[in-house]
Amino acid sequence: MFDLIKARLGHGYQAVKDPTTATLDPAYQGFPQILREDAEDFAAAAKSCPTGAIAAYSMDLGKCIFCGLCSRNFPRTFSFANEHQTGASSREALIVHKGLSFQEYRERAIAPSPSFAKICKYSLALRNVCAGGCNACELELNACNNVNFDMGRYGIEVVASPRHADAVIVTGPLTRNMAFALEQTYRAIPEPKVVILNGSCAISGGIFAESPALERSFLERYAACLYLPGCPVHPLNLISSLMRLLGRCK
Amino acid sequence: MADCRSSVEFSPGIPIITDDIPILSTVEFIEKCLSLAALSYLPLVYCGSRERLILCIMGSRDGKDTAVFSTPFPEGHSYASLTPLAPVFHIFERELWEEWQIVSTGHPWLKPLRYSDPDRHAIKDYPFFSSASPELHEVAVGPVHAGVIEPGHFRFICDGETVHHLEIQLGYQHRGVMELFLEGDICARMQLAEQIAGDSVIGHGMAYVRLIEALSGITVTDPVHRVRAIALELERIAMHLADLSALAGDIAYLSGLNFFAALRTNVINLCLQFCGSRYGKGWLCPGGINFGIDAEHNSYAVNVLRKVRCQVMYCGDAMFNNGGVDSRFDSTGIVKKADALSLGFRGMVARSCGISRDARAAYPFCPYQDFEPICLESGDVYDRAYLRYQEVLASLEMILNWLSTLPEVAPQCISPTQLLPNRTAYSIVEGWRGEIVHALRTDADGRPVFYRIYDPSFHNWTALALSVRGNGVSDFPVCNKSFNLSYCGHDL
Repeated sequence: MFDLIKARLGHGYQAVKDPTTATLDPAYQGFPQILREDAEDFAAAAKSCPTGAIAAYSMDLGKCIFCGLCSRNFPRTFSFANEHQTGASSREALIVHKGLSFQEYRERAIAPSPSFAKICKYSLALRNVCAGGCNACELELNACNNVNFDMGRYGIEVVASPRHADAVIVTGPLTRNMAFALEQTYRAIPEPKVVILNGSCAISGGIFAESPALERSFLERYAACLYLPGCPVHPLNLISSLMRLLGRCK
Repeated sequence: MADCRSSVEFSPGIPIITDDIPILSTVEFIEKCLSLAALSYLPLVYCGSRERLILCIMGSRDGKDTAVFSTPFPEGHSYASLTPLAPVFHIFERELWEEWQIVSTGHPWLKPLRYSDPDRHAIKDYPFFSSASPELHEVAVGPVHAGVIEPGHFRFICDGETVHHLEIQLGYQHRGVMELFLEGDICARMQLAEQIAGDSVIGHGMAYVRLIEALSGITVTDPVHRVRAIALELERIAMHLADLSALAGDIAYLSGLNFFAALRTNVINLCLQFCGSRYGKGWLCPGGINFGIDAEHNSYAVNVLRKVRCQVMYCGDAMFNNGGVDSRFDSTGIVKKADALSLGFRGMVARSCGISRDARAAYPFCPYQDFEPICLESGDVYDRAYLRYQEVLASLEMILNWLSTLPEVAPQCISPTQLLPNRTAYSIVEGWRGEIVHALRTDADGRPVFYRIYDPSFHNWTALALSVRGNGVSDFPVCNKSFNLSYCGHDL
């Protein structure tokens, strides 16, 4: 009994007060910035980038796994800020060019969806399908519901049955062996429903993009309404991006 | 000690010339495997390769002796299975059959593991064991589960509430990792190694960097070893805390669920401050570390970890002295020591039922010289949970000790460019689940012939299947969490 009281006192108050405005430690590798358009650096960085996220004078957040290799090798050309709110509602918005500040990126990246918000604004149920996810994105998605991030405070929850869900949130690069189960799960969700792609693997295949063991035709049939870059996606990125998509915060 | 004419000494991290590995006839090879298994040697690597050879590396349980030998693919692509006499090979023989169509005749359970080739096996056609008895019923779960976890299919055969048999079908996560390692520059596959299993970033990452360093002749300094060991122990602490939280959640002990989750957040946020990632991604690199530990980090970490240690003790004492917790954990999901020995279970699953094997003790590197594994006896959910609690405390103690004498370590990295040609090497790292083994062979140009990965889950999924026999089907979740095995580490 006294152990439990001591533990409760030691636990204190752990919740992040406002996940939509919280900031992360400066060490966090979040939003990438292109500092200059140096042809040599870009060519070398593009060659060594493990996911092919770097092209002539742009970076693709849908492919980037935030390993920091480019910024370590070419610090005068690439740098990562600790800004974590990198979710976007279109694939094109994930391409970053020189001079794009995080504020500009953030303002343009997510267009609140009025039709979606009309139905789900204060109650959004997510059904996760892990299709080859390495368990990092899954652990972070679980962490969204823990005592620190407490996504449930906004009426956003992860549900067990697709019948209770409004959205499927896909983690992993979409393996061939999960193609059928993913399709079935999506079909089991009642209309209206949306697709959320969680993590660089889901968005682009990530580091597994070239593997013949993937089967990504699901994404040709169903368009995603939210892309969440990250490897893995930080809980604060997920929560704040959903809140912006629902039009509940700026 | 093994007969030295039919095998050679082979330590982890020390490459040998591939041509020095004795090539035995099929009969000699089988005898060798069986005689070493009878001496309770563990197979570490057992695989086919494109030179049409089967390679076998077996190590004694104390890590003092390792034997390596190989044999040409048997005539007619079949040989008498080792499994009936030495069940420790059962999973390797399934893998060999799936990858190279080599049939081990007499194998009782020759079924696909990963469904890596859709032309030969389709995942929907898995041949489940079933019973025709009208008194039994089957329960099918997955691949999509009720929570946020990786996919796998569980098929229970039950008599009322009691589980008679559980069969676990995996392969849904197969991403072709071992094949991807063969493409591009093998020295630049750090990010791939870190994504073998996202909960064992440091474990698999360390197995990879040690292998690359072994094959490129790079040695790193003791402080670098120590920083890496700190990373490895932080990962162990974080995942053990996550599991204690999940176990508490499964039995509706909500204090534990929340306390341990908050503690884990503290630990992974500390990891973020060291390397920019809560999971340690990018911390290690072949030839060194991308992030060092300076005096400021050091004192901050000591401060955080001391508070964590104090709170872990309060929470652990509260949880393990709670009668409700005890009644759900005690004698649930027992792994028998005899099964663990004969089937070669690894890591904390084996340590919770009296087998004192830990790669940190069997194959120690710099900071682990005096390491002693913690070992419990009963093999039930309680002991797997309690072992986690004890290992968390031990790892905290180790990190605090190391930090107290750690000099400032700057990021440092000697990038390897070329691997030694015609060599075979392997590495072993005790991740939080158990020993992770990676093996690599190079060709005449130093390019990889094969890259093999063995997560402890590869062996331990069978432990889960056996442990639930005779338990209520409703106790499956708590049994499953007490193992928390990796799906993608198995499926690769």
